[in-house]
Amino acid sequence: MKITVAGVNKEVADNLTVAQLVIDEKVETPEYVTVTINDEFVESGAFESTTLKDGDVVEFLYFMGGGQ
Amino acid sequence: MIKLSKSDYEKILAHAEKELPNEACGLIAGTVENGDKIIKEVYLLTNIDHSNEHFTLDPKEQLAAIKDMRSKGYVPLGNWHSHPESPSRPSEEDKRLAYDSKASYMILSLMNRAEPVLNSFKITGDTAKKEELIIED
Repeated sequence: MKITVAGVNKEVADNLTVAQLVIDEKVETPEYVTVTINDEFVESGAFESTTLKDGDVVEFLYFMGGGQ
Repeated sequence: MIKLSKSDYEKILAHAEKELPNEACGLIAGTVENGDKIIKEVYLLTNIDHSNEHFTLDPKEQLAAIKDMRSKGYVPLGNWHSHPESPSRPSEEDKRLAYDSKASYMILSLMNRAEPVLNSFKITGDTAKKEELIIED
């Protein structure tokens, strides 16, 4: 199936989970990454149970924060 | 080296002053030319911590900014935030939460309101290195 990841079209295996995509995309510091699918935020505890569908648009958002 | 236009600097400064006493924050995007970062767009985001000591970018606004950058052909270059009461240098928390060694981390100090100081840093692990910042008309 075809999905779009961070603006790039990709061919991936059917029923790919978000958790596997995070691994396949070699996401650094995945504990600081939020994932959206078609602009909907995926709960971090649901990466394993969330399956992607053909045509999905996925974004990785890296936590950005700090303190003085 | 990283370049910022004077008008974008003033945009950051105005937003940071408006958000006082809290920290203000946002993203920077642009192009990379011969290894130099050219900031073409500054994004002013909500600090969802609403704190004078911490900041966290609003993820929804972050998503919108990423899409806007892409539509304009820009790449994410890093982020910026203000230090209302401390110098323009990364705190221990800033360093701990800086996961991207390629990003530029800009810090605007408003400790001396009459003389704001903006610096840009690269952060690797617990080491922060100031990078050359050029603010031009």
